[in-house]
Amino acid sequence: MADKNFLPRLSWAILITLLYLFLLAPIIIVFIISFDTRQYLAFPPESLSFGSYVKVFHNAKFVSAFWRSLAIGAVVGFVAVSAGMLLSLSLVRYRFRGRGAVNFLILAPFLVPHIVLAVGIMLVIAPIGLLDSYPGIVLAHLGITIPYTVRTITMSLTAVDARVEEAARVHGASPLMVFWRITLPLVRPGLVAGGVIAFLISFDEATISLFIVSVKASTLPTEIYHYLEHSTDPQIAALSVILILISVVVVIGVERLIGLRKAL
Amino acid sequence: MSAAPATGSPRSGGNSRALLLMLLLPGLAALMVTFLLPLIWLLRASFASDTTSAFGGGDVTLESYRAVLFDPFYWQVAWNTLVLGFNVAVPAVVLSYPIALFLTRTTSRFRGVLTALAVAPLLTSSVVRTYGWMVILGDRGVINSGLQALSLTGGPIRLSNNSLGATVALVEILMPYAILAMLSGFGRLNLQLEEAAAMLGANRLKVFTRIILPLSLPGVLTAALLVFVLAISSFVTPRLMGGGRVFVLGTEVFNEATVTLNWPLAAALSVMLLVLFSSIILLYQRALSALET
Repeated sequence: MADKNFLPRLSWAILITLLYLFLLAPIIIVFIISFDTRQYLAFPPESLSFGSYVKVFHNAKFVSAFWRSLAIGAVVGFVAVSAGMLLSLSLVRYRFRGRGAVNFLILAPFLVPHIVLAVGIMLVIAPIGLLDSYPGIVLAHLGITIPYTVRTITMSLTAVDARVEEAARVHGASPLMVFWRITLPLVRPGLVAGGVIAFLISFDEATISLFIVSVKASTLPTEIYHYLEHSTDPQIAALSVILILISVVVVIGVERLIGLRKAL
Repeated sequence: MSAAPATGSPRSGGNSRALLLMLLLPGLAALMVTFLLPLIWLLRASFASDTTSAFGGGDVTLESYRAVLFDPFYWQVAWNTLVLGFNVAVPAVVLSYPIALFLTRTTSRFRGVLTALAVAPLLTSSVVRTYGWMVILGDRGVINSGLQALSLTGGPIRLSNNSLGATVALVEILMPYAILAMLSGFGRLNLQLEEAAAMLGANRLKVFTRIILPLSLPGVLTAALLVFVLAISSFVTPRLMGGGRVFVLGTEVFNEATVTLNWPLAAALSVMLLVLFSSIILLYQRALSALET
């Protein structure tokens, strides 16, 4: 019996391994290249060093774009979670006319290509002078991140027993107190997961950002994009590894909090 | 008006409507400005006659649409876009299917880790992963260096700066979406059914074609649709991997919006992409409901 199943099982295992390797190939290769000592792209590396990383840390353009992306992502995460919390609360705890429409409006950004949204947002914010500005890029990232925060927070909120809130109300707590002392702590996993996903989407987003920012508010992905149009040297590999590590931290965090599959 | 809390707590009568409005307002306002308004502006701009101003310039005209529809170049671009979508969707689905099947059926204690590993690339920047493919497929990249080290080829073979490179990179970049869609669609797969079929004498092939494949088909279709629509609306990967030689709707929209600065034309192209996008989704829903009846 075991003999008969051995070959199919082995070939199945090899197939799955190969597919995983394909899926992770760019990440693995970028990791190896980032330690190459040469100035130009080549494979395999002749000798290994942290030279590319040192260069990235001395590249003023990348460093300032990194801090800008971090700040923009943090603001986007905070605003998207706040708006998402209120939206989820009204959708989960209330039955009202137009609830379906609100639900649809929240999910609709999933149905529109980013590049189409990008052109639209560009047209909206250009006349009011917000192109290539912080408020402009934050606004642009809100529409695509709020659906995610609503999703993760709704998941946490549905799991909270509404009777706990009611009990607090019956015992004399004000609605605000109930929200602050009962609801908020109970949905914390959803809040944090939504926040980090929103942060990461904003931090990694290139399509919409390329339409909105150019010089003053350029983000790290847009700087990398413009750099790649001319050169592909290992500096970008080092930078990519840093970005991937940030993603890994977020992935582990979300997985621990509510499960990655459900959040995406 | 009918804003009553679902649980009906006794004290939240009259002012619950005001409270609800306060809860909804910030989020709805944000979505209005960043989603609804842009779509309306986009539609308006696509009919604008003044190509130099951002919005509301000049009269309402069909000039941008006429320029697109009567130019053979844009017909070629539209065709390229559909071909790219198809060429990406088919391999992405075929390569994702075994992974999704494996993740659905495995009882390994590493299942969580393996699932995370398969969908986690979604959370790394597409610019970074495109760069990875530039390194792999470039003239001095991994594959060409390998081939030359083995003296299999004299000079580098063209794997990037063309649509082949763009296709390969997009397949890999969009695979996690396909896997995710399949994982949610494979809920009906049931090991007991397969065991029953095997017990009744069906061989592996028969179990696959008669049980596993039909039950997983809706998930596969959803994955194919998702990858297709994401591929036809992509532009970062076709632009970087294509080295300026791949012309699809995404790259042309970006070009008109940021280089040529013909915003009405960019808007018209976007509207057409959106129409293409929505009609494919509608078509898919029809097909799916036909499949289920």
